[in-house]
Amino acid sequence: MPFIPHTRDDVEQMLAAIGVKKVEDLFDEIPKELRIESLAGIPDALNEMQIGRLMTARAVQDGTPLNFIGAGAYEHHIPSAIWAVTTRGEFYSAYTPYQAEASQGTLQLIYEYQTMISSLTGMEVSNASLYDGGSAVAEASLMAIRAHRKSKAQRILVPTTLNPNYRKVAVATASGQGVRFEEIACPKGALSLADLEKYAGEDVTALVIQQPNFFGVLEDVDAITDWAHANNIMVIASVNPVSLGILKPPGEWGTKGADIACGDCQPLGVPLSSGGPYAGFLTTKMEFVRQMPGRIVGRTVDAAGKQGFALTLQAREQHIRRGKATSNICTNQGLLVTAATIYLSLLGPEGMARVANECHRATQELVAALTRVKGVKLAFDRPRFHEAVLQLDRPVAPVLAELARRGIVGGYDLGTDYPELGNALLVCATETRTAADIKAYADALAETLKAAVRAA
Amino acid sequence: MSNIPADLKYTKSHEWVRTLSNGNVEVGITDHAQGALGDLVFVDVPEAGKALKVGDAFAVVESVKAASDVYAPIAGSVIEGNAALGDQPELINSEPYGAGWIARFKLDGALPGLLSAAEYQAHLEAEG
Repeated sequence: MPFIPHTRDDVEQMLAAIGVKKVEDLFDEIPKELRIESLAGIPDALNEMQIGRLMTARAVQDGTPLNFIGAGAYEHHIPSAIWAVTTRGEFYSAYTPYQAEASQGTLQLIYEYQTMISSLTGMEVSNASLYDGGSAVAEASLMAIRAHRKSKAQRILVPTTLNPNYRKVAVATASGQGVRFEEIACPKGALSLADLEKYAGEDVTALVIQQPNFFGVLEDVDAITDWAHANNIMVIASVNPVSLGILKPPGEWGTKGADIACGDCQPLGVPLSSGGPYAGFLTTKMEFVRQMPGRIVGRTVDAAGKQGFALTLQAREQHIRRGKATSNICTNQGLLVTAATIYLSLLGPEGMARVANECHRATQELVAALTRVKGVKLAFDRPRFHEAVLQLDRPVAPVLAELARRGIVGGYDLGTDYPELGNALLVCATETRTAADIKAYADALAETLKAAVRAA
Repeated sequence: MSNIPADLKYTKSHEWVRTLSNGNVEVGITDHAQGALGDLVFVDVPEAGKALKVGDAFAVVESVKAASDVYAPIAGSVIEGNAALGDQPELINSEPYGAGWIARFKLDGALPGLLSAAEYQAHLEAEG
């Protein structure tokens, strides 16, 4: 039997049965101008040997630069055990199995993941994961609109201190469903109650708070959460899981805690991999669990009274609820969740606190070293976690290009997303950056800025 | 054999309607419907003030097997949802025509034509 799902005969028989001439005719309701004949930059198919050569050549181009860029994806030490276990055949699948309950090991792993993520965030319930931190904010926004029954406005406030990519993903995902995202400018690098006060008493569904925010700055989450709740606004927290090793979990923000907490699992043992795949997490309070998107694994007992695991609350999902399902998310990021779960289990609360403290310490050292360089100033002098915004005395892009020539990825140029900040550079140091690394960056930056002055 | 009280009105989609002494109406799902759904685990009860046309979905009943919409048999606005169902959705299983009521409505105009108990009985038999 050929390993081809449909032979030409099969296809012709099926077309004849439904009275259609060719497969293309099935798509004739898609307007011509929306069809793409070929994808620019995507070459014709290559064979295995050719693709191996190509990918090796591309991988070499990445090199092994000294990395000081964060901006949503972070270089952390990944203990070898994580991917040795994750890539075992029993785990090496990105999917929740279709016959889920036949895979008790996978379900138990997801259950352990949910338990650890709930504990880390201080929230009552976690789903089995989403695609990434951006899609998690989008789904959290849609979820808030379903859950907040007194609010009719479908209006979500997003401070500009929220990761710009998360904002774009949320708008792209949810605005077609009538959700309005309103940006709140944060010129001081953090949300202020004064900026929020103009929304007091208005019909607002939810406010998104990122902690630490995109600039690495710590928001005043207790006061902002209490303000939001006092104004009948739900609070969506977008948090970095590593920071929760030392920061107050969103479940304990203010008097009542955040209503939904989400984020990206990438810092938990997932390599940068040029931008993905990562995994998003989403957690909430029990009172909103029926509005939660995605799969949830529960623990139960079988007919013999023995522990077992099962997908639960499935009546919310599209295979049962069809068009009225809470969302069209019907999968999770199984492989990345496996890595994150093993990472959390290897480190434990104490290890998480040590990593988080070391990230913070290295970043303080980095900021001190870089701001000693002539032409470099700190932009927002506020409590921070492991990133900081620096202000340069000239455009950032050429400086980063010169640093790259010296084998240093110097940070994220904020010019595109935040032109109002001028020559602003977002830098990051995790536990992987040593004192020697930081000195190498400071020296290279000093030389780069000096050379540019001479050239000018 | 399911219980079909003679003093109520019914719909083909298995809701019942009771006219209260003040002219408002109380709505729930029938004994047949709760039996078909099985053990209820959650009821999404409507908020007061919600305005509905005949046939609008106004509540969701979720059992271990399925989640189903409950449709408005009348046009009107919700006066109150049955808050007790929040903690005890099983009231619909145990007392579908009593403590398991789902919402009370203020009618918009007159009561529309609905099935009598005998007509609903005949409908169930026809549905098989």
